[in-house]
Amino acid sequence: MSLLQVQNLIVEFPGRRGTLRALDDISFEIAPGEILGVVGESGAGKSLTGAAIIGLLEPPGRISSGQVLLEGARIDNLPYEQMRRIRGRKIGAIFQDPLTSLNPLYTVGRQLVETILTHLPVTPQEARRRAIGLLEDTGIPAAPQRIDHFPHQFSGGMRQRVVIALALAAEPRLIVADEPTTALDVSIQAQIIQLLKRVCRDRGAAVMLITHDMGVIAETCDRVAVMYAGRIAESGPVHEVINQPAHPYSMGLMAAIPDITQDRERLHQIDGSMPRLDAIPPGCAYNPRCPRAFARCVAERPDLMDAGATRAACWLHDAHAGAHA
Amino acid sequence: MSAIPQPAPLVQAHDLAKTFDVSPPWLNRVLEGKPRLLLHAVDGVSFDIARGQTLALVGESGCGKSTVARLLVGLYRPTRGGLQFDGQDAHAAFRTREGHNTLRRRIQMIFQDPYASLNPRWIVEDIVGEPLKEHGIVTDEAQLEARVGALLQSVGLAPQDMAKYPHQFSGGQRQRISIARALATQPDFLVCDEPTSALDVSVQAQVLNIMKDLQRQHGLTYLFISHNLAVVRHVSDQVGVMYLGRLVELAGKNHLFDNPRHPYTRMLLDAIPKMHDIGRSRTPVSGEVPNPLNPPTGCTFHPRCPHANARCKAERPALLSFQGVKVACHAVEEGRI
Repeated sequence: MSLLQVQNLIVEFPGRRGTLRALDDISFEIAPGEILGVVGESGAGKSLTGAAIIGLLEPPGRISSGQVLLEGARIDNLPYEQMRRIRGRKIGAIFQDPLTSLNPLYTVGRQLVETILTHLPVTPQEARRRAIGLLEDTGIPAAPQRIDHFPHQFSGGMRQRVVIALALAAEPRLIVADEPTTALDVSIQAQIIQLLKRVCRDRGAAVMLITHDMGVIAETCDRVAVMYAGRIAESGPVHEVINQPAHPYSMGLMAAIPDITQDRERLHQIDGSMPRLDAIPPGCAYNPRCPRAFARCVAERPDLMDAGATRAACWLHDAHAGAHA
Repeated sequence: MSAIPQPAPLVQAHDLAKTFDVSPPWLNRVLEGKPRLLLHAVDGVSFDIARGQTLALVGESGCGKSTVARLLVGLYRPTRGGLQFDGQDAHAAFRTREGHNTLRRRIQMIFQDPYASLNPRWIVEDIVGEPLKEHGIVTDEAQLEARVGALLQSVGLAPQDMAKYPHQFSGGQRQRISIARALATQPDFLVCDEPTSALDVSVQAQVLNIMKDLQRQHGLTYLFISHNLAVVRHVSDQVGVMYLGRLVELAGKNHLFDNPRHPYTRMLLDAIPKMHDIGRSRTPVSGEVPNPLNPPTGCTFHPRCPHANARCKAERPALLSFQGVKVACHAVEEGRI
């Protein structure tokens, strides 16, 4: 059974000029030990999906419909205190900037021990032993000494390791990693990705990896969901989505990324930009930029449908309407 | 030097160095006996850029690539070394009023963050028109409007957009406004400091394509600074790899990507997640960039280098030519790798 199930999730922001729908009918699942990548441009709703799952939506944002199930139990309608206990115990979160995720006034060890003591029934001595083990696991050299250092005494890459150790402290079942490597240099990025992959495989945790870097997705994930304007445009196994994307947006996105292994005179470009939330066009949100849009795309909104090896929200793949593709 | 005979390069940097004094205040030095502290941000960097070509500088954060950019546009004065622009000493010219104005017109810069580099209280016409007025290129309103309109069109925006404010544009459009402003004075040389790293990939493609088109139309020369090697492969002719303030490898684009020589270049290329190698597990790179205040002795890369020996720890390698490629590495020089 899937560890995490998100069903028809809708997130809205009520405002003075009407309600903005930021996430529109998002559904996906993650199995234990699986890494799901979520990609898209800024404003597509990637981070918001993560925030909705861990129950950290910024007000006035709210889940107005749909549900989130963790190990079969609903977690989207829990009271704050109960959710707080699940967050940390069953869900670990890793954010982009390691410096803001750590308290600068406490030693790394104190933050780790506190997390472990809050969620697990162990003695303080045992908690400290585990904390050192976690730091060693994440590749911090001289962990028994480093545990008593403050966050500012660590470099950027080391801090992100501490944040990962912190997220793993209570042995969570699900890890939501929101752009965990974006603030890091490439050589450090590779180390962190390796680490994330290894600890998840070892512990059988499910991971939702949010990033805009397709290279990171290709190397890390099992499946990938491409988001556009608050909806999932395409989802499927990572190899298929990257090499034979079925949705015109995914195709454009893949072609726009400069490839280090080959030389191209011109990059493919998607003209225009993603619509703002208050101006999402009727029908398929991508239709104004889509080179293959036809009448139905303007009139009717497509849901995810089978499209060869992947599932795409695109009328080109509608089996009932005959082959437009 | 390159084997192909070329006309005199437009930009020649010779042994450029910039040192920042980051010492504690005088009182602390006297009372607490703290020493003076110098940060060698750029330490002896030499390169040429031929007219109409693009040199890309790559490296991780703190390697000094942005400092090089600021040295080239005259925002910093070099501590050592010189810069020749079109045959004349640029930093001597920057000190005279007249030379300063000429060079400012001929050298322009595009910054990383299009949200921070445009004045939010100005309309686009003022932003793009300011250099035109400043350098006395236009004299009346009608001329200004015509020029700004043409500039906006050349970067794919509409002339009517000149009445709007920056917040009315998306990130990619804003970066195109920055490019239009940089092009206003018809410069020969553009210094681009991470021009697309704040942008999404689809928008990045738009901006990179426009930059390439403009280069072809106007014969522009670019210094392109980026940490994204895939972008660099797309835009550059020559690539320089920097590590802790020094150039470790300088080579033609295809040479560098197909046959990297310096261990650091190899490491960087290997560290990049590649889109079409799905699930490939890589040899993880060990270590991090050392503190530039206290760099390692000899070759600064030796603590992370798999080929380091006693000589690498003691002696700083010079940037030497091997088969048309410049590399600063003892192991390459001795034929060990």
